[in-house]
Amino acid sequence: MKYPDFAYVRPASLGEALDCLQKYGDSAIPLAGGQSLLATLAMRLSSPEILVDITGLTELSEIAREGDTIRIGALVKHVQLLQSPIVRGATPLFTAALPHVAHVAIRNRGTFGGSLAFADPAAELPACLVALGGTLVLGSSAGRREIGAEDFFTGLLETDLRPGELILEARVPAQAPGSRWNFSELSRRHGDFPLAGLAAVMSPMSEARLVYLGCADRPKLATATAGMLRGASYPLKDVPGLAAALAEDLDPADTPGCSAETRLQLAGTLTYRVLNDLQEIPAR
Amino acid sequence: MSATVKDDAVIGKGFPRKELQRLLRGRGRYVADIKLPRMLHLAFVRSPHPHARIVDIQTAEALASPGVVGVYIGKEFTDSEPLVGIALHRRGHKSAPQYPMAVDRAVWQGQPVAAVVAETRAEAEDAAELVQVEWEELPAITSGEEAVAPDAKAIHPEIGDNLAFEHTISVNDPEKTLAQSHIVVEQSFRFERQTGLPLETRGMIADWNPGDESLTVHYAHQSPFQMQEIFSRHLGIPPLKIRVIAPDVGGGFGIKLNIYGEDLAVVMIARRLGRPVKFISDRLESLVSDAHARDHDIVAKMGVSAEGRITSMWLDDLGAVGAYGMPFRFNVAEGMMCITMAGACYDFSSYWGRTRSVYVNKNLVGMYRGVGIPLACIVTEVLADKAARQLGMDPADFRRLNHRRKEDLPCVTPNGSQLDTVSFEECFEKVLKLMDYDALRKEQADLRKRGILRGIGLASFVEATSYGPPYYGPSQASISTQDGCTLRLEPAGVVRCITSLTDQGQGTLTGIAQIVAEAVGLSFDQVEVMGNDSAISPYGGGAWASRGMAVGGEAALNAGRALKQNIIALAAAITQNLPEALDIKAGEIVNKESGAAVLSVAELGRIAYFRQDTLPKDADVQLSVTRSFADNHKHYYMANGIQASYVEVDEATGFIKLLGHWAVDDCGRIINPLQVDEQVRGGVVQGIGAVLYEEFMYGPGGGLQNGSLVDYLIPAASEMPDIHVAHVETPERTTQLGAKGIGEAGLIGAMGALWVSVNDALQPLGATVAHQPFTPERVLLAIKAAKAGR
Repeated sequence: MKYPDFAYVRPASLGEALDCLQKYGDSAIPLAGGQSLLATLAMRLSSPEILVDITGLTELSEIAREGDTIRIGALVKHVQLLQSPIVRGATPLFTAALPHVAHVAIRNRGTFGGSLAFADPAAELPACLVALGGTLVLGSSAGRREIGAEDFFTGLLETDLRPGELILEARVPAQAPGSRWNFSELSRRHGDFPLAGLAAVMSPMSEARLVYLGCADRPKLATATAGMLRGASYPLKDVPGLAAALAEDLDPADTPGCSAETRLQLAGTLTYRVLNDLQEIPAR
Repeated sequence: MSATVKDDAVIGKGFPRKELQRLLRGRGRYVADIKLPRMLHLAFVRSPHPHARIVDIQTAEALASPGVVGVYIGKEFTDSEPLVGIALHRRGHKSAPQYPMAVDRAVWQGQPVAAVVAETRAEAEDAAELVQVEWEELPAITSGEEAVAPDAKAIHPEIGDNLAFEHTISVNDPEKTLAQSHIVVEQSFRFERQTGLPLETRGMIADWNPGDESLTVHYAHQSPFQMQEIFSRHLGIPPLKIRVIAPDVGGGFGIKLNIYGEDLAVVMIARRLGRPVKFISDRLESLVSDAHARDHDIVAKMGVSAEGRITSMWLDDLGAVGAYGMPFRFNVAEGMMCITMAGACYDFSSYWGRTRSVYVNKNLVGMYRGVGIPLACIVTEVLADKAARQLGMDPADFRRLNHRRKEDLPCVTPNGSQLDTVSFEECFEKVLKLMDYDALRKEQADLRKRGILRGIGLASFVEATSYGPPYYGPSQASISTQDGCTLRLEPAGVVRCITSLTDQGQGTLTGIAQIVAEAVGLSFDQVEVMGNDSAISPYGGGAWASRGMAVGGEAALNAGRALKQNIIALAAAITQNLPEALDIKAGEIVNKESGAAVLSVAELGRIAYFRQDTLPKDADVQLSVTRSFADNHKHYYMANGIQASYVEVDEATGFIKLLGHWAVDDCGRIINPLQVDEQVRGGVVQGIGAVLYEEFMYGPGGGLQNGSLVDYLIPAASEMPDIHVAHVETPERTTQLGAKGIGEAGLIGAMGALWVSVNDALQPLGATVAHQPFTPERVLLAIKAAKAGR
């Protein structure tokens, strides 16, 4: 389990980093917290020509509030997000989800941007970002562009990120006054990717935003389920049509040890539990 | 701690391990830490297929890769004596010969097919990717059932079929006894494959010295003398020219007792190159190539009388043991232990049991903590609960009625287990009290009314430890079941000890220090202990089969007593006392009656080594002694215990939450209660891992689907319950020390207790889960099946 041979560069500025990514294109991988990348290198599942170490770019490590938008830099570490009063105040869904992200040691190194770029459909942060309706700011030597989180995730471990592009930050609208939220997941052991999970935000004037983890090839809004639950009375119990709505929204894969059918069943159970518990959480 | 420990005693006190500070400060010296001059690194190319013919191997490109010194393929090593893993006393036991690497066919996924040696491990891995193997995939035998199907193709045509071994026990008309029983309960069981997963992976450095044609192997192993024998026998190197040293070793669990083809390949390559060669298995390799365990299908029945007495047991075991017989340690052990230990705690006299070990296209099954005893325990305890329930009896009452009683000991069970100083009833009553059984049952009943599924599981078990001369001798495997201990009094009045035992983190050497200190009459810190180095320690087996304290400890006790006698004889000559009047306490030679100090051991040491001129002319100064110990006619010592588990099952998700775990164990005399408790806890955690998490999953063609720790799940701290440990201490009768062994008890009982508690929790739904590990999906399927069956 030794890394394959690769070149390494540690740019001093964002401009330099983007130039470098431009130059090497597909054969460069940015190195941030390294919590997924280094494991894939050691297992020789990935063999970049060059690692562009962006950990020195402090301008990407900030969390800031601008009016009703929260800006989360790509290099913000999980622990920073978990402990941030700004995040707790404006987007508490993140704060609820973060204890489920791996373990302390990994949260101390893993980065927000890294988790988004890796795009694991069972990961917590991509799901929360979609549930909150956030957008990503991507930079390249040619300029910047902004993309909605739901459009950014395009498939299993796949994103709209183009060669030469780097995630700079996410912009997340603060949860609306009166909104409620909840996050839960079913993982075999604490810190594992879950068999199924659910990030949910409900606002008084709009439809529930539900994003299931581990039940499709990417995080996306479960619109059929949300629509079906419109006007439902709580606590939810034996809702006819829930299973069908979930089957429409979700497309889990059969994986060793857990069939698609089981994942759908777990998603159903989570729906009841997360949304019923959500009613008990004081609104913002 | 035992109530009988005296203040000046050293045995019975919970000293932390002697090496702990050194290891915690990062000063451990594991094989991976050892760097020898001119040392090379080796990486294996392994078969990606469970069964495939090697059409061609191209190594030129790998050989040209930077840093590469050599690339070797299997057929270059057929001049070694192949490994043939059969026990000669087991009639009909057969195995195909196994060479260090696959020659023209790979028969399991992960089998080495080529080895690349380079200046660094990274370079070796780079080059290993360039070795081009052309494969012709062959159909694989992927399960025990397939292996014994009438039309099954033999994996090794030269041995006829896939049946490695079959053994049947039939005692006291089992068919008739079952037929006449008031009830017969039956259950089938499935145990998936797992492994032992020591924290430190397997690793070795082979250092061949062409100057004197000698071989030194630094090897993370439990039994250096076993490996000296193997290297000599299979590679034709005289034993006197072989030295095997076990440095610090990070966990063994049996995984580092087994013998691997890689062992021979690494040594052969080092000999060819005349340079030290290091091989450290990485975690991915470990998962596919460390000995696997379990992989059994069992069907079992229990007959019970109307009063709730067990009348008979019936057990049919099929174990899929991989592609070859495990050399020296054999692949019949899991099945044999399963059928001979089933029901051992309970009083009945009629039995039928069969085990079949069969070859499949999977990694070899070898020794892993508990071997087949957990299976015996699970089968028995699950059936016991089922019978109790069917008779409307409380499961505890059922066990109380059926446990073998002290007055019936010693005895031999119908399936051949020898019981002597076991304490089933005492352990049982103690655990019920410890867990407050009645209160838990009440809580369970109350919560059931609210739809909460909680379960309580009890599991009595035996642990056969220290497998001895009558067990290994007739197998002709040349495994030492005796152990030795050498003591040397130094001038400062302190003792250096070298034992044939090894230590993989369980505190063996600390226990030996305690035994020696007490036997000689020194304090704990006046004894230093070294473990097994085949060139310098007395000959002996090492640490496996929970034998360290029982066998090596007895040798240490005998050596300590002999040294004490010699010290006292010399002290008597120096001080003109009668030897009978003297004793040694905490480093002082004292008058036995008055307790008055006569001479310190340090002063005696100074005189003995530096002022012999002051001694009488004929004084016999013998301050180094060696003693060996083996129980020549003892198959094993039989320890026992009971465990209890309290769980909650989430009906909607199939998730299992562990709420509490209790273990009462009787390992005979306790040398170090701290180490013993932690052995129990560590074993319990591994047992929980087996029942809830650990499983190698194979696809339809027999390919492994989860070869990394991302999806081969092991137990983690967050999910573990509090584990309460207590003891009953019934010393072994046949030894001076009275220790039996504790290494495997934790795992055996935990697996049994967890199987029973989860199924107890599912009772209100009428569901049974009998497929290990109990994943959420398997629990949900069991619930679904029960609902469909209504």
